[in-house]
Amino acid sequence: MNLAYRDLRHNLGRFLLTCFGLSLLLGVVLSMIGIYRGLVEDALTLVRSPAVDVWVVESGTRGPFAESSRIPGDTREAIARLQGVIAAGSVNYQSVETLHQGAKRRLYVVGYEPGRPGGPDRVVSGRTIGRSHYEMVADRRAGFAVGDRVPLGRNTFTVVGLTDGQVASGGDPAIFITLLDSQELQFELAPPAARREIARGNGGGTTDTVNAVIARVSPNASPESVTLAAQRWKHLAAMTQAEQEIVLTQSVVERARKQIGLFTAILLVVSAVIIALILYTMTMDKIREIATLKLIGAPDRTIIGLIMQQALAMGMIGFGFGALLITAVKDFFPRRVVLQPEDGLALAAAVLLVCILSSGLGVRLALKVDPATALGG
Amino acid sequence: MADPAPQSPLVHIRNVSKHFGEGETRVDALRNVSIEVYPGQVVALLGPSGSGKTTLLNVIGCILEPSSGWVKLDNEIVYDGRWLRSDLRRLRLEKIGFIFQFHNLLPFLNSIDNVAVVLNLAGYDAEEAKRRAGELLDYLEVGHRKDAMPAKLSGGEAQRVAIARALANRPRIILADEPTAALDSQRAGIVMDLLRKVAAEQQAAILAVTHDEKIFNRFDHIFHLRDGRLET
Ligand SMILES: Nc1ncnc2c1ncn2[C@@H]1O[C@H](COP(=O)(O)OP(=O)(O)OP(=O)(O)O)[C@@H](O)[C@H]1O
Ligand SMILES: [Mg+2]
Repeated sequence: MNLAYRDLRHNLGRFLLTCFGLSLLLGVVLSMIGIYRGLVEDALTLVRSPAVDVWVVESGTRGPFAESSRIPGDTREAIARLQGVIAAGSVNYQSVETLHQGAKRRLYVVGYEPGRPGGPDRVVSGRTIGRSHYEMVADRRAGFAVGDRVPLGRNTFTVVGLTDGQVASGGDPAIFITLLDSQELQFELAPPAARREIARGNGGGTTDTVNAVIARVSPNASPESVTLAAQRWKHLAAMTQAEQEIVLTQSVVERARKQIGLFTAILLVVSAVIIALILYTMTMDKIREIATLKLIGAPDRTIIGLIMQQALAMGMIGFGFGALLITAVKDFFPRRVVLQPEDGLALAAAVLLVCILSSGLGVRLALKVDPATALGG
Repeated sequence: MADPAPQSPLVHIRNVSKHFGEGETRVDALRNVSIEVYPGQVVALLGPSGSGKTTLLNVIGCILEPSSGWVKLDNEIVYDGRWLRSDLRRLRLEKIGFIFQFHNLLPFLNSIDNVAVVLNLAGYDAEEAKRRAGELLDYLEVGHRKDAMPAKLSGGEAQRVAIARALANRPRIILADEPTAALDSQRAGIVMDLLRKVAAEQQAAILAVTHDEKIFNRFDHIFHLRDGRLET
């Protein structure tokens, strides 16, 4: 007969309540890990969605996400002519605010040239942009529907299609418009003084600038050779897709990543302490029974088994509940929560380890129990 | 009634003393106690509260280490200035049955499993353990309560389940601390007759602490303790 199970069944309500409390805690740990993963993933979506190999930006910058970058509008043609480049496109990125149905929305505007790299990678409803002006494809998270009309700057755009999961590193939903529209929008939203300069044609100012040019490289050529070639123009800098991703994860989201990473670590430590305390009190409550078992001749193995099995049962049930709970509510979070099986497994392993280690505390206590305790009143 | 026993004693202790604490707080619970109990004997331990009865049982049961003297159980010296057996729990499981002053059933097991658990520990398979446990409960007339949890048993029922547990592994030595205190005189008599029967059938030695004058006549010998000393 399994004493661990029989004891738990006898105090089932209390045990389940403890498991439930633990599952809430582990659920929080798991969601924190998911938020952390979501943050990194969000930061990379817009960099990955055009599926390109090379980013060409203003010289001396690591744009267009980490720093602002401005290059002449004709750069794309020059890049497209480089050896190994099979497609190139100009892109603009810009944060804007707009009013929709009485609520302020922050949006991340992506300007691209239809037919070239840089547009939405997958439109889940509606269509892509078909006209050169005043159409937009918006991410679902923006809360727009196909056919909605949304004011941006001085113009009103019609939503023609929706994407899913396209967000900027800050979590703002992305919308896609044509490059021409985005250039106009950047001009309208620039500070008045700068705008006057540009309108006068002074200070080298022109509206025909873009933030970056992205290029796809033929499988037979290396992205590095293209970046080298692009860098020969003194006003340009270039980096490969891999370098761009590193810039984003290391500089743009680094603080947030560390913040959440540290918090997750603290939560793990807190959980470990709480699990240890629970297991210790669970053993304390059983001292008399343990003494009785020793008195009737139960070996240490039986007593250690009793404590360890209960610890593992509590850890596993608590983790299972917690994982279910988070899976059920993760889509209600305002930002992406990414639950990866390997993270779940790692946490499960950590919980198991903590359970085993902290039941050691209980076991130590149990082994010290004097069998004579069972005789006292 | 004491039978002249030709065999060697099952319980044999010599000059056992036990004190708790030192100096001001020192309590001499046992002073130079020597006892022999032979197979088939049922002996009583009598004495006022605090005279050392429970202490003596604990020493014989290898739960308390004596301060001096030696202890021999079933022809094996187990204590002589130190414990000579490394595994006292195994010794208890194999040779000693305890009936406690407070019944000490495991609260999370029903009656039958409280008895069966000892048999499981002793290596019986689950089915055999249950069968024997059931028989013992029937024998002690608590068979009808075999599925009840300890918290639902009356004091007398719980005590009889505890006695069944003490007898389960057919121990040669049974130590009982006021086994009949929770029972009415009729049931107390039944329990004592039962212990006598076990002693006779299994050639066991039974030591029972009792205050119960109604059952004095059922013992082969009575040891009187006073202030930790044996009176004869
Ligand atoms: N663990 C202990 N620490 C200190 N003193 C103890 C301890 N156990 C028993 N004593 C003392 O030893 C003496 C004998 O105690 P014991 O329990 O053997 O008495 P008893 O004869 O069983 O009494 P009762 O009839 O009340 O059960 C008492 O004075 C008691 O206070
Ligand atoms: Mg006592």
